[in-house]
Amino acid sequence: MANTSAAEQAAQERSLAHLKHYFVSSDQQFDAAKMGMWLFLVTEVLLFSGMFVAYAVYRVWYPEVFAVASTELNPWLGGLNTVILLGSSLTVALAIHAAQTDKRRALVVNLFVTVLLAAAFMVVKYFEYTHKFHLGIFPGEHFAYEEMGQRIVPIFFSIYYVMTGIHGVHVLVGIGVLTWLALRAMRGHFHSGYYTPVELAGLYWHLVDIIWIFLFPLLYLI
Amino acid sequence: MTEDKDRNETPQGQAAEERGDYVTHAKSIGSWLFSLDHKRIGILYAVTVAIAFLLGGVFALLVRAELLSPGEDFLSAQSYNQMFSLHGIVMVFGFIIPAIPGFLGNFLLPLHLGAKDVAFPRLNLASYYLYLLGVALILVAMVAGSVDTGWTFYTPYSARTGPSVLFLTMAVFIAGFASIFTGINFIVTVHKMRAPGMTWNRLPLFVWSIYSTSIVQVLATPVLGITVLLLFLERLLHIGIFDPALGGDPILFQHFFWFYSHPAVYIMILPGFGIVSELIATFSRQRIYGYMAIALSSVAIALLGFLVWGHHMFVAGQSVVSSVIFSLITYLIGIPSGIKVFNWIATMYKGSISFKTPMLYALSFLVLFTIGGVTGIMVGVLAVDVHLHDTYYVVGHFHYVMVGGTTIALLGGLHYWWPKITGRLYNEAAGRLAALLVFVGLNLTFFTQLVMGSRGMPRRYNDYLPEFTFLHQLSTVGSWIMGAGLFLVAIYLLVSLFRGKKAGANPWGGATLEWTHTGPRPDPHNFHRTPFVTRGPYEFDRIPELVAAHRDETPPDAQQNVHLNQDRT
Repeated sequence: MANTSAAEQAAQERSLAHLKHYFVSSDQQFDAAKMGMWLFLVTEVLLFSGMFVAYAVYRVWYPEVFAVASTELNPWLGGLNTVILLGSSLTVALAIHAAQTDKRRALVVNLFVTVLLAAAFMVVKYFEYTHKFHLGIFPGEHFAYEEMGQRIVPIFFSIYYVMTGIHGVHVLVGIGVLTWLALRAMRGHFHSGYYTPVELAGLYWHLVDIIWIFLFPLLYLI
Repeated sequence: MTEDKDRNETPQGQAAEERGDYVTHAKSIGSWLFSLDHKRIGILYAVTVAIAFLLGGVFALLVRAELLSPGEDFLSAQSYNQMFSLHGIVMVFGFIIPAIPGFLGNFLLPLHLGAKDVAFPRLNLASYYLYLLGVALILVAMVAGSVDTGWTFYTPYSARTGPSVLFLTMAVFIAGFASIFTGINFIVTVHKMRAPGMTWNRLPLFVWSIYSTSIVQVLATPVLGITVLLLFLERLLHIGIFDPALGGDPILFQHFFWFYSHPAVYIMILPGFGIVSELIATFSRQRIYGYMAIALSSVAIALLGFLVWGHHMFVAGQSVVSSVIFSLITYLIGIPSGIKVFNWIATMYKGSISFKTPMLYALSFLVLFTIGGVTGIMVGVLAVDVHLHDTYYVVGHFHYVMVGGTTIALLGGLHYWWPKITGRLYNEAAGRLAALLVFVGLNLTFFTQLVMGSRGMPRRYNDYLPEFTFLHQLSTVGSWIMGAGLFLVAIYLLVSLFRGKKAGANPWGGATLEWTHTGPRPDPHNFHRTPFVTRGPYEFDRIPELVAAHRDETPPDAQQNVHLNQDRT
């Protein structure tokens, strides 16, 4: 490497600035990060699986109660949120593509659009929740909606609030992470040689989306 | 271009020696508390875990002292309930789950793989602080008021009793995440950070066992997370999912809880298997018998462990068919466990065995774990369990596995790697005496409990019928002997830190990389240069030539080194 000019060496240093000393190469670092993220997503699926099991158990025991209680949920608002989240999955995928092809402007724009869509999802959720609180639909013991007096109805809404609530927390975390990445992208931290955080956040965001795709029909439609 | 990787690898010799080893190269408190070095994080775990063990041990001694005679002595029934609950919670979540992976796993895994660090050092430090926060919250719950649910938090009682259940569920949730992140970190490290030439069948068995443990941590702990989260909400908002008064189902809680907590006992015991494999190989100076069988039986136990949770619920009201199925799968776990025990014995056969302290612990493990395992099969038998369920028999079985298995293995590992961790040798005579005390005390404490249980003494009672007095007294005396042994261990190990003889790089003649390729205490970056592995972990006949090669090694040819590093996956 003796004949490499100083300028070339400096350029090389910059493009490897992300490489941690305990990794041999960028590829190894990227593979490790990606595998770690996939494992984390597995744990997320298992976290939600507990709630899906609770849903399944009570649904099998009390199908008629679930049928009645779910009519209280507004499928149009749920459907709107589904469209919003699917759209955000598209924009986050576009953001990853932009990072891979060194299009900084497209990367920043797509990340911010994703954040906006996520925020829109939470706004719709806010209106759904406040409407229910207004009617007196609270989880469990505090349930006070007189039109639905059956015994198990409060448990349906407990499950509804817990599942959508924990999903909502994941959306909020996603908003935080994606905003942070958008700000870093504006400063030019990502390029075709290093876009690991964008890709990992994208994976996470797709998972949040997929979980909603299961929640929507199970809670609103069936 | 990968020259960059070498920027922290100082050339052999003077520079490296001036920098000092991992203990001496930086001395401030901050350089310990915020270190990203896996070895230092391992030490942080060791200290915290030791404090948790001391606390849990004191609770246990108090419980045993109360049981010295029938009737209420110095603890009220309520404080007795709190004592055994705290003993269980602190020992399970504060000590036995994080102990081996957090301490020895962190310290050794990268050394065993020939790596500079784990794949995600910052996540590693974050795991430690999450764990610390979890332990702190358990202590807050202790101060805040009564925790009298036992470590299993069964609903509906836990949803109705004191408010400190809130702190405890939070503590378990947070400590659970620490465990998950450690698991993810270790799995990725094993897959991606191995040195060139370190193929899967050259991994030390300790790595295999930590790897299996990590699989269980990653796949089981999230379910515990959601379970305690639901319990938290149940306690806070009365959401009713587990509360029969609101139409909920408490048995569902038990299913969720044991779906985690049965695999969790394999989180606790699997790393112990790894340590014992290392000890038996080194102190018999034999290549391990049935390497792949031992390695894969760990993985088999990890996977089978997910299918047996129902054996905790034979009398809880699950269907007879599922009880039969769970009972049958439970027997299957005996197969890989037996494979291990037979392979360890076969490894010792015709070996030149030296009865150093770590080996004494390994031999104790063989005896105690076999008793623990066989009694486990007995409580897994459907009809027998109906009689033994919720008696001291189950307590005795569990403690034979957890104390006789995991804790003994941890003690063995602690003694074995003590010279590598501290650079000092402990007093061998004191070590042997302590090992003997622990072995005798442990059997006296827990074998009597097996006998009491089979005669019908129920667990978790602070009082008992007079005919159990003698056995209870024996058990309490046993706990004192065991306590004395453990205090002796603490004393001579602490003394050795200051007065111990300086250890060489390889005092036991071990053949894994941490013995053959690092100094008495490892370098901050583990190896002066990335090892190139050409042999298995137990080829003791090749140690002299390997150590010689390591000493004389000259700065590597740069081109060749790059080539080797690129080859690895």
